[in-house]
Amino acid sequence: MSRTVALKALGLVVLAVLALLVPVLAPDPATTNVAVFTMMYVGLATAWNIMGGYTGYISLGHAAFFGFGAYSLGLLLNQLHIAPGYGPFVLVPVAGLLAALLAVGIGWVALRTRAATFVIVTIAFMFMLQLLAENLVKLTGGGAGLSLPYPRDWGGDFFNTPYYYAMLALAVLALVVSWWIRRSKFGLGLLAIRDDEDKALAVGVPTRAFKLTAFVISAGLVGMIGAVYGYYVTFIYPQFVIDPLIGISMVLMVFLGGLGTLSGPVLGAVLLEPAQLQFAYHFGASRLYLVLYSAVFLVVILLMPRGIVPSVADLWHRWRRRRAAGPTATARGPRKAVKAASP
Amino acid sequence: MALVLEAVVLGVLIGGVYALMASGLTLIFGVMRIINVGHGALVILGAYLSFALFRSLHIDPFLTLVVTVPAMFALGVLIQFIFIRPLRTDREALSVLVTYALALGIEGVLGYIFTTNYVELRAWYETASFPIFGFYITWVYVFGFVLCLAVLGALFLMLYRTPFGGAVRATMLNRTAAQLIGVDVDRVSALAFGVGMATAAAGGVVFGLTNAFNPGSHYDLISRLLTIIVLGGLGSLRGAVIAALIMLITTEVAAVLISPVWASFVFFAILVAVLIVRPQGLYGVRVRERI
Repeated sequence: MSRTVALKALGLVVLAVLALLVPVLAPDPATTNVAVFTMMYVGLATAWNIMGGYTGYISLGHAAFFGFGAYSLGLLLNQLHIAPGYGPFVLVPVAGLLAALLAVGIGWVALRTRAATFVIVTIAFMFMLQLLAENLVKLTGGGAGLSLPYPRDWGGDFFNTPYYYAMLALAVLALVVSWWIRRSKFGLGLLAIRDDEDKALAVGVPTRAFKLTAFVISAGLVGMIGAVYGYYVTFIYPQFVIDPLIGISMVLMVFLGGLGTLSGPVLGAVLLEPAQLQFAYHFGASRLYLVLYSAVFLVVILLMPRGIVPSVADLWHRWRRRRAAGPTATARGPRKAVKAASP
Repeated sequence: MALVLEAVVLGVLIGGVYALMASGLTLIFGVMRIINVGHGALVILGAYLSFALFRSLHIDPFLTLVVTVPAMFALGVLIQFIFIRPLRTDREALSVLVTYALALGIEGVLGYIFTTNYVELRAWYETASFPIFGFYITWVYVFGFVLCLAVLGALFLMLYRTPFGGAVRATMLNRTAAQLIGVDVDRVSALAFGVGMATAAAGGVVFGLTNAFNPGSHYDLISRLLTIIVLGGLGSLRGAVIAALIMLITTEVAAVLISPVWASFVFFAILVAVLIVRPQGLYGVRVRERI
């Protein structure tokens, strides 16, 4: 057992070093641009999973918090006349806090309904926010977009680097939060809600408060990532930053990797986002990338609804069991029973 | 005052169209317990099918329904067969994603064939109007409303006066019990999906006649349709019709009294109010899920 722990730790260290070294190993802007977006989706998918994966409440409107974070940071920077550079990153948590506050309101209304209606309400709220961003022209610039300060000093190969590390930091934060929740009593309550909300309530899980907390944490993280995104692209428009496609992308990544797992969303994002960027780059003009995207989506949901991580873990356990089914079979007996009991 | 009256009349006429589109959506939810997020895209697909026939054959847009309604019905049965039926576990959540993916695929294909430029279905009644109560109503709204009434009437007759309708209603009430008394729920589901698509085709023609549309129009449409069926109560046809009328009358009146850009916002404001006061919608029942 300690050997697997050591192996896991080693794997994590290797991954961390690799993630830290990306801008050094591949400094050209084309690659680091892909890296920024991939890391962004690692964070987004992980954050979405805290709500969607743990509680089973699917939100298709998380792009609302993404866009809200971007607009919050943009407006803060413009109103406070913050100079471009590293300063704006300091305000990213403020944008996340604002998104979390918005999530308290939205969640309070949306979570009055059960799963099916919740999905619809999140979609409706996303479009409501998009409409607000378009209509409040004096504040947001409306359809003409909002410009954020542009750091001119960061030229050439270096430009993407600060954004990459900001996205990496947020992704790690999301992962740590997700890991901590998974191990806490709070996380256990969330999983109970996913399995049977009425029974969870009956045994004393404060379901409403738990659901709302998970929703707010998830939204706050997404808001911070959205803020960094806004600063990165420097020009934000309602339909591109509160984009249903961003909302659905994080969902697809979670489902591809494994709903409710810690590593699944990361794997899903790392596999899908570079491919998505390639799709958009090669087929974007003809809209064919949407067809390809939809095809990937359908294949994942229809053929592998549980995702990669749980499917592979299953195979791995079965293989281990078969190997252990020799002389030590009896010693492994109880563990097997436990494994079989958990769904 | 005359402006408000005009807005109310227009709201009723357009509300009829939304009632038709939403009825298909709520029927599908009622029978299969799935939320068809692709419904908006399928309405737009219906509009584009009519547009293609209209452009190549130069016939009246309403005449294209002879082709598009059966075609969309068949497509609906096919979609249910290929994409919805294989979902065995966690249907409710997975079906949302599958239908969302279908919407994206349809948007992509339509964008590839027709580009993203806005198009419109044209006919003489699209511009010709007649005076009533001191203002003018364009004929297209009246014709569209009559068509929607006819299709909705047929839908209600089918549901409440035919054996098939009985099977559909039984499936809506309790899927397992319906199966036990000999209803072939898979067949009912497939046909119900087909009927839902057929209404989408009819709704698509009227939508295309009264709006300029492009492949991306489905987002705006689906958010409105979903809002309507939540307001009406998921799975309730009567609720969908009444909710559509309430929503569209309010929107049209708000467009006159406040401003057109804020009209859609009123739509969502009503949704929020309803969710706070009555989360199950007007005609919905609070169901305990997974008993």
